[in-house]
Amino acid sequence: MKILVGVKRVVDYNVRIQVKADGSGVATDGVKMSMNPFDEIAVEEALRIKEAGKADEVIAVTIGPKVCQEQLRTALAMGADRAIHVETDDEIQPLTGARILKALADKEEPKIVLLGKQAIDDDNNQTAQMLGGLSHWPQATFASEVVIEGDTALVTREIDSGLETLSVDLPAVISVDLRLNEPRYVKLPNIMKAKRKPIETLTLADLNVEVAPSVTVLKTSAPAKREAGIKVESVEELVIILKEKGLIE
Amino acid sequence: MERESMEFDVVIVGAGPAGLSAACKLMQLAEEKNQELMVCVIEKGSEVGAHILSGAVLEPTAMNELFPDWKDKGAPIKTQVKGDDVYYLTGEEKGIKTPNFLIPKPMHNEGNYIVSMANVCRWLAEQAESMGVEIFPGFTASEVLFNDDGSVKGILTGDMGVAEDGSEKDGYMPGMELLAKQTIFAEGCRGHLGKQLMDTFNLRDNVDPQHYGLGIKEIWAIDPEKHQEGLVVHTAGWPLDNHTEGGGFLYHMENNQVALGFIIALNYTNPHLSPFDEMQRWKLNPKIAQFLEGGERVAYGARAVNKGGMQSVPKLSFPGGLLVGCDAGFLNGAKIKGNHTAMKTGMLAAEAIIESILAGDVSSKELSLLDEKYKASWVFDELHKTRNFGPALHKFGTLIGGSFAWLDQNIFAGKLPFTWHNTTPDHETLKPAAQCEAPVYPKPDGKLTFDKLSSVFLSSTNHEEDQPCHLKLADPLIPINQNLPLYDEPAQRYCPAGVYEVVADENGKDQFQINGQNCVHCKTCDIKDPAQNITWVTPEGGGGPNYSNM
Repeated sequence: MKILVGVKRVVDYNVRIQVKADGSGVATDGVKMSMNPFDEIAVEEALRIKEAGKADEVIAVTIGPKVCQEQLRTALAMGADRAIHVETDDEIQPLTGARILKALADKEEPKIVLLGKQAIDDDNNQTAQMLGGLSHWPQATFASEVVIEGDTALVTREIDSGLETLSVDLPAVISVDLRLNEPRYVKLPNIMKAKRKPIETLTLADLNVEVAPSVTVLKTSAPAKREAGIKVESVEELVIILKEKGLIE
Repeated sequence: MERESMEFDVVIVGAGPAGLSAACKLMQLAEEKNQELMVCVIEKGSEVGAHILSGAVLEPTAMNELFPDWKDKGAPIKTQVKGDDVYYLTGEEKGIKTPNFLIPKPMHNEGNYIVSMANVCRWLAEQAESMGVEIFPGFTASEVLFNDDGSVKGILTGDMGVAEDGSEKDGYMPGMELLAKQTIFAEGCRGHLGKQLMDTFNLRDNVDPQHYGLGIKEIWAIDPEKHQEGLVVHTAGWPLDNHTEGGGFLYHMENNQVALGFIIALNYTNPHLSPFDEMQRWKLNPKIAQFLEGGERVAYGARAVNKGGMQSVPKLSFPGGLLVGCDAGFLNGAKIKGNHTAMKTGMLAAEAIIESILAGDVSSKELSLLDEKYKASWVFDELHKTRNFGPALHKFGTLIGGSFAWLDQNIFAGKLPFTWHNTTPDHETLKPAAQCEAPVYPKPDGKLTFDKLSSVFLSSTNHEEDQPCHLKLADPLIPINQNLPLYDEPAQRYCPAGVYEVVADENGKDQFQINGQNCVHCKTCDIKDPAQNITWVTPEGGGGPNYSNM
C-alpha cells in the first residue's frame, strides 16, 4: 500500500509576517521558509503507518517553484521513500492543487492521500475536501487519530461536542490536525541519505492540469494596530462607558 | 553511553562568514590538489543566516580572493557605498557633520558595499554545497570531544528532545559524535566552545584580554523620498558620555530599507546604563530621525562583537583544531568591520589544512602554520596598523582619543613605534551602583522608540519551550546576594532581549528570573556579568532568532 503525502513550502511559523508596502502580498525575500507544520504531521503519520507495517511506501509531493525541493528533502530526511515535485512558478490555488493531486493519485494509485488540514500561509483548508470530491473518494478531515484496519481507516476527529470516529473505506483522503502526533527530529545521517533519494520532477502539462485561478487576491494588509486601552475604577464605570459606545444596551 | 558517530576530514562549527569561507576554500584547494575531502559545517540556527547579524558595510577584499567572479555568480553584494557621512552628536537635538579630512582613514568606505551578511552567508552556503560540503543547520555543537592524548577529535551535537527537568521526552534524540582530523571553530564572537578551548589549551597566554562591544540593530522600511541608496552614516558622541565608547550607524540598503544600530563598548562603567535604551533614544536625534519618521521598523536583533584587535588575538592552533573569525577575534575596530577578516582567516585555515594534508596526516596535529599564515597576511597588517585606535579611545575618551586616532592613522599611517594595551577585562569595569547616577531614559513613543519585548518579537526568536535553561548560573545566589546590592544586577539592563529580570516572589523577596526563551544569542551576559557567573551554552538546535536580512 502506498501513501501520498502533500508537502507545502510556507513562511516559517516563527517568522513575523510582513506585508509588502504595496499590499501585493507578504514579503518572502530572505525570509525563513519551511514545511507547513500540518504537513509535517501528515508526513509523520504516514511514516508511523508504514513503520507499523500497514504501508509499503511513502511518497512526498509538493507543487511549486524549484526551491520547494528543500521541503521534499526534509520529508525524505524524515523517512519518506521518494518524492515528486510538480514544478511550476504559477500561483496554485486549492482547486488547482486538488486537481494536480488527483492526477498524481490516478498515476500512483495510493490507498491514502494524507494532507495537512490547512497551510499556515493562506489558511484555506480546502484542498483535502476538494480532492475528495474530485476523486469520489471518502474523506476524513481534522484527524486526531488514525487507525488502519485492512481496507478501512478509523479516523478520530475533534469536534465541538467531543470526539467523532469515522470509518472510511480506502482509498481515502485524510487531512490531519495538530494533535495527531509530534513530528520526529531529523537525524544527521538521514539528511545525508535524503540527498541521494530520488525526486521525480513533473510539469503541469505532464499531468494535464491547467492553472485556472478562480479567486483573485485584491489586497493584502496588516491587521489593524490595537489601540491603547484605559483602566476603569469600577464595574459601574465600565457599564457606563460600554453603553456610551453603544456596545451594550 | 554509546553514541552514533560520523567521520569527516574537517568539521566546521558555525556557518558564518569565517566557517563558510573555510569550507569553500577547502573544497577549491582540494579540487586543485586532487584530494578527496569530506567537509561538514554545523550551524545552530534553524537555517544558514538565521543567527547572522552584522551592519554591514563589506570590504570585498576577501570575497575577491575567494570568488573573483562573485558578481557573475550572483552574490547578494549589490549596493555600493556612495556617500559616507560622519556626525558628532552633541545632544538630543544637535549634531555636527565631521569634514571628510578629519575622519580617520580606516573609516572611509570607498569601494565597499552595503550588504545583509545573513544573505551573503546564504549565498556562500549555496556555493559550498555545490562543491560538496555537507551543511547541517539546526544542529548545535554542544561539546568538544577529546582523544585520550588530549587532542581534539571533533564535537558532539546537542541532544534533542530533553525536557526542562533533564528527562527525555517522546522523540528524544541523543547527540551524535562528529569526528574530524581537524575541527575548525567558527562560532563567532564569544563562542562557547572557543572559550573553553582557549582555557584548555592556554591560547590566551601573553595576550591582552578580549574586549567587546554590544551591537543592537534594527531594519526599517522608510519613505522612498528619504531613501538614498548607498549612503552610509556613522555617529559618535551623544547619547554616550565622553568616557563610554561606542557609536551609531545607519546604512541605506536596497528596497527603501535602512539598517541602523548602535554599538556600545562593554567596558562601560555605569551599571545603570542600558545599551538597549541608549540605542532607542539615539534614534531621536534629528540626524537619524530625519530618515525614520513615517517609516516602519521591520526587524530587530543584537550581537556582541570583539574589538580587542591585534593585542587580543589568541593562539589559533591547538592539537586537532583551529580557531578562526570572531571566535578568535579579528574585527578591525578602526574600520568597524570584521567580515573581511573573518572570511580571510577562514580561508587561511583551509590553506593551512590542505598544505598540511599534502605533507602528511593531520589527525590531531597542531597546525601552527595557521598562526604563521595569519602573521604574514593582510589581516595582521591592518590590525597592526590600527592597534592603538581602540586603546586610544579607551584611554582618552572619544574627543582626544579620536584626535589621536586621526593623527595615528592619517599622518603616521599606524606606524608610531609603540603599542598600547588595555589589560582590564570588560567584566571588571563596573563601578558600584551607589557611586553612579542612573540615566533617565525617555518612555518608548511607539513610533521611533520601543520597549524590549516588542523589539524581541521582531527578531522572530523561538526556543522549544520545554527544555533545560541554556543560561547556566555557576552560583544561583550571586545575582541576588552579590550583584543586586553592588550593581543593581546589571543583567536586567545589559541584556538586549529582556532575558533577565529581578522580580518579587509571593513573599515579596527578590528573585532572579531567567527568560531563556527570549535569548537572541548575543552572548553579552557571558561577557559582562561582573561575577562571571553566567555561562551561555547551546540550547536545543534550531532555537534562537530567525533573522531574515540582518
